[in-house]
Amino acid sequence: MSEEQKLQEFQKRIDAGEIIEPKDWMPEKYKKQLVRMMSQHAHSEIVGMLPEGNWITRAPNLRRKMALIAKVQDEAGHGLYIYSATESFGVSRQELIDQLLEGKAKYSSIFNYPTLTWADIGVIGWLVDGAAIVNQTMLAKSSFGPYARAMIRICKEENFHKKQGFEIVATLADGTDEQKTMVQDAVNRWWQPSLMMFGPPDNDSPNSAELMRWKVKLQSNDDLRQRFVDLTVPQAKAVNLTLPDPDLKFNEETGHWDFGKIDWDEFWRVVKGSGQMNKARLKARRDAHKNGAWVREAAEAYAAKHKN
Amino acid sequence: MTTNTEENTRKNIIEFLIRFGDDRLILGHRLSEWCGHAPILEEDIALANIALDCIGQASSLLKLAVEIEGENRSEDDLAYLRNEREFKNIQLVEQPNEDFAYTIVRQFFYDTFAVLYLEKLQNSSLEDLAGIAAKSLKESKYHFRHSKEWMLRLGDGTEFSNQKVQSAVNDLWQFTDELFYEDEINTQLIEAGIIFPADEIKTEWIKIINEIFSRAKILLPRDGGMIYGGRNGIHSEYLGHLLAEMQIVARSYPNAKW
Amino acid sequence: MSENGKPGTQWSSWEVFVQAKSGDPHVHVGNVHAPDGELAIQNARDVYTRRNEGISLWVVPSENIIATSPSDSGPFFDPANDKIFRHTKFYSTPKGVRGV
Repeated sequence: MSEEQKLQEFQKRIDAGEIIEPKDWMPEKYKKQLVRMMSQHAHSEIVGMLPEGNWITRAPNLRRKMALIAKVQDEAGHGLYIYSATESFGVSRQELIDQLLEGKAKYSSIFNYPTLTWADIGVIGWLVDGAAIVNQTMLAKSSFGPYARAMIRICKEENFHKKQGFEIVATLADGTDEQKTMVQDAVNRWWQPSLMMFGPPDNDSPNSAELMRWKVKLQSNDDLRQRFVDLTVPQAKAVNLTLPDPDLKFNEETGHWDFGKIDWDEFWRVVKGSGQMNKARLKARRDAHKNGAWVREAAEAYAAKHKN
Repeated sequence: MTTNTEENTRKNIIEFLIRFGDDRLILGHRLSEWCGHAPILEEDIALANIALDCIGQASSLLKLAVEIEGENRSEDDLAYLRNEREFKNIQLVEQPNEDFAYTIVRQFFYDTFAVLYLEKLQNSSLEDLAGIAAKSLKESKYHFRHSKEWMLRLGDGTEFSNQKVQSAVNDLWQFTDELFYEDEINTQLIEAGIIFPADEIKTEWIKIINEIFSRAKILLPRDGGMIYGGRNGIHSEYLGHLLAEMQIVARSYPNAKW
Repeated sequence: MSENGKPGTQWSSWEVFVQAKSGDPHVHVGNVHAPDGELAIQNARDVYTRRNEGISLWVVPSENIIATSPSDSGPFFDPANDKIFRHTKFYSTPKGVRGV
């Protein structure tokens, strides 16, 4: 079969809703796009442990402390599941982690913002995990089997993240004046970055069309973003919080919430490494990797000695 | 006379629960500091699991303490609103993580004790305490497996890892006898059948430590001075900083709910 | 030796199978990295049974999994297609007879 025929066969399988497994024939580009997406996703989970981990030692009561540890722990697990999916392509975790530590790999820019107050933990759970769930629910139906399976597992686990986040937000919004101010301030800071999580607008997203043709993604960045806004506006109203966008209003015609301009210059600036926390996040990951080297090495040396 | 003894027992039970609860709270807090910084992802998850078990156990013990106390305090009040002199954990658990070897050695000393002691404590005549002990025992058995296996790997891994563990052992050994510290509070509760003499498990504890040390090629430090004080609220300087961090939000906004 | 043959890296990969409850088969759930079997079991427990998902675990070095390749799939599996006598629908049972 010629490459052209193979490609047609592949597209036929995709169109018929078949799931692609690692050893199946696939266009090089499909594989490349998936490795790129999955590695960014896995790195985001791992780097994402840091801003929230920042508050584990200061969580204001025991229940919150335990929930936060469990949540950050889940993120380690999610990173692990997705690295595992890339491994099915023969791309090792080591290789991907090296790319991250060398600053060559991307991860979600949202994690380059600092977590400044306890309210940030609630708002991250509500908005950031909320946005992630919208995205991941779609990816759970992706055409690549290992990625879709990892997403199904992750979505199941992440529902608790959003719930615990919203519970914190609701508690603060119903609390003292200081708490109300604290949570509104956190919403003000995290709203725009959360909208940016869906990626650049469709007309500036070069990979989108191809990814959708291959059913790696089933909805475009802008559609997902709109879905997230529609879901979130009533939730904010329910707890009397204001989403910081004067242009936010319901459009009777479309049945959707219209929202104002997103600062894409800011988005690209942070993606390119100039966010407040870019350097600190990478340093934390490098330190963990470097300080753990002797531990990983010792365990391997022990295994080699005790092989039976 | 009887009422006095009963009142005394009640007070002593509360004190015992706080001591044991504080051990687990502070140890769990220390372990949680690893979250996001462990040597490998799998270990981030493992240490977080152990931290969660410890804080969960602490929460049950402190809750039982305030229930018996009956003064309308919560376990959170105990955790977040007491000063360092009021914390009654042993000093071992407040020692900083330093590196992975310190964390594992600290955990190994503690887990070995916990498994042996909880085995006894699950027969306490105080039903609620027996219940917490039985549940905690299951968790601690796994913690022990984790820290023991890591002792072997680090001790008998590379020359470098062996030195790391040995120096952690040398530094932390002085805090181990406090695991077995007992005063009149213990004596009275032992008589009442509520707790058990820690002495009974000391031989077994030493035996296990010796056995694992020998397999891990680690030398037992020569008995030097031991450090006590935690059970009476005397701590190393580390605890104050730990509490300052742990309590900052709760204390900054008195009367707020979270 | 780990992947890439470099020591002190990310360890090697182990496939994890979880039995959800007594009587169920062990089902593949994913992988973990570990230097040896004991840590692989511990890691699998922490990663895949945090929410009471299992009562028993198997781990096996990923390199020991032998798989069919997609190009095998025709010759390998198609011959079973026409062996309908292996399926219950091939056989008829007289009306009114139950429990067969």
